[in-house]
Amino acid sequence: MSMPVHPIHIDQLTHRYGSLTALDNISLTVPKGAFYGLLGPNGSGKTTLFRILSTLLNPSEGAVRIFGADPRTYPASVRQHTGVVFQSAALDGELTVQENLRTHAALYGLRRSTFRERLARLLPLFGLEERLHERTERLSGGLKRRVDLVRGLLHAPPLLLLDEPAIGLDPAARQAFREAIDRLRRQEGTTIVLATHLMEEADRCNQLAILDRGRVVAHDTPDALKQAIGEETLWIECDDPQDLAERIAKQLDVSTQVIGLRVQLSGPNAHDMLSRVYETAGDAIRSATIRRPTLEDVFMVHTGHGLHENGRPVS
Amino acid sequence: MKMHAVPALWRREMVKFVRDANRVAGAVLQPLAVWLLLGFGFRDSFSLPTPAGMDMPYLEFLFPGMMALVALFTSIFSTISIVEERHSGFLQAALATPVRRSSLVLGSALGSTTLAVGQGLLFFALIPLTGHVPSLPGLALMAGILALVALGFAALGVVVAWRSRTTRGFHAVMNLCLIPLWVLSGAFFPAEGAPGVLQWAIRLNPVSYGVDALRTAMYWPQNPPIDASSFALSLAVTGLFAAVMLILATRTARKPVREFR
Repeated sequence: MSMPVHPIHIDQLTHRYGSLTALDNISLTVPKGAFYGLLGPNGSGKTTLFRILSTLLNPSEGAVRIFGADPRTYPASVRQHTGVVFQSAALDGELTVQENLRTHAALYGLRRSTFRERLARLLPLFGLEERLHERTERLSGGLKRRVDLVRGLLHAPPLLLLDEPAIGLDPAARQAFREAIDRLRRQEGTTIVLATHLMEEADRCNQLAILDRGRVVAHDTPDALKQAIGEETLWIECDDPQDLAERIAKQLDVSTQVIGLRVQLSGPNAHDMLSRVYETAGDAIRSATIRRPTLEDVFMVHTGHGLHENGRPVS
Repeated sequence: MKMHAVPALWRREMVKFVRDANRVAGAVLQPLAVWLLLGFGFRDSFSLPTPAGMDMPYLEFLFPGMMALVALFTSIFSTISIVEERHSGFLQAALATPVRRSSLVLGSALGSTTLAVGQGLLFFALIPLTGHVPSLPGLALMAGILALVALGFAALGVVVAWRSRTTRGFHAVMNLCLIPLWVLSGAFFPAEGAPGVLQWAIRLNPVSYGVDALRTAMYWPQNPPIDASSFALSLAVTGLFAAVMLILATRTARKPVREFR
């Protein structure tokens, strides 16, 4: 029996910059055809992981395989199978779209005919047919991001790494970029790994790993991650959440977690929980919210802090 | 037909250069200003007695050194982008492609070399200001030697840029190593008459041989009016310097990108 060769297989990966541990014993597998999200705040290790996956950085410890190949020993194979779109576009502003793309096609050693075929396929996919002869410095941020995406796809990689593609784009450009990615998945079947700190981006992935301080704290489909913390969650804001959580835990049979100035309660019936909390500690409640769990809630439950708060502990 | 990386990278350098008017102006005007200011400034206070008994005007003495300075400035201008682009932009993406590291170095170094020779050719139009007009074969030789000197500097620029953390640091290191290399190359003042230590420094400096080769070519097929190392030795050292620098640059570019965190 042969093992399936996954686009990405990571086993106990650790990376340190001097004394700072950027990735701490990470293991994850990205199956073929997945739209895999890495959700985490800035500094959670996403970019370091991308640099390792794209052969720019050798990890301190652990194993990484891209389609079965170790980036350390077979960088050329990994580079041929992987397209990367970094946070900052790899385009020269003084050059036109076509000149930029031609340079990168040459770096991949494409044939001229292949380059023409890829352009004919990719430009309409991303709505760039009319832009070929414009200088990239004159393009909007959204168009530039799409040109950079075409750049990363010239060599028809079966795996695409996208690092924070929504950063710096207005909502309309974000939407256009998402649609472009959807078309790409439908038409080319590309496996995509998307690093993001935005839950609306992560929500669109079909598998998700949540990163915090260099660790994978949870991974599953977005729906399963949300369901795991309850159909509905109850959030209570108060002045002394520690005290309130203790009172609730003592008197009611529900699990509580303190996050910032809020107490989060998970249980089968949030409305019922709220009325019971109100009876026992109504005086302490400043506000209460019942909602279907979001990925932000998932993140908070797993890490004890918010996605957009600083991930480092306050000392 | 396969697309090749080295010509593509060379072409990228050319297009970027001609579309950036500031860079064109800076690259041409900086050495020109140095040459004219020093040349005319020292004209009356400095003239070099030659063994033949004729005095050589400073503008003429300085000309081969100006060619070397053109190569030096060009290499700084064209390799500085490497410092920033390793972690963002073009170079970061290029490093994630299967392109050979030697091709990356060669494409960028050849681009820089072409720009240096192009500016050198512009300077040739001003040679009559020196009072000496070289022969056509002499000019062709000068262009060729300039290319070799520029290639060496460009590769050295790649080595320094790859190891620099910031563009400020890059400038500091380049100025610290290149300006002395240029000043102590016999370009600025002749080795004869300098204190012994400086004479030795000039003799050990590979750039001196490039300047000497340029000086010899300038008077080709006659002998230069002041002492210079033999043409064969000058060419050999200049070629060797370029080759060693290219090898060093390629080896540097093969190492994983250093992280500065």
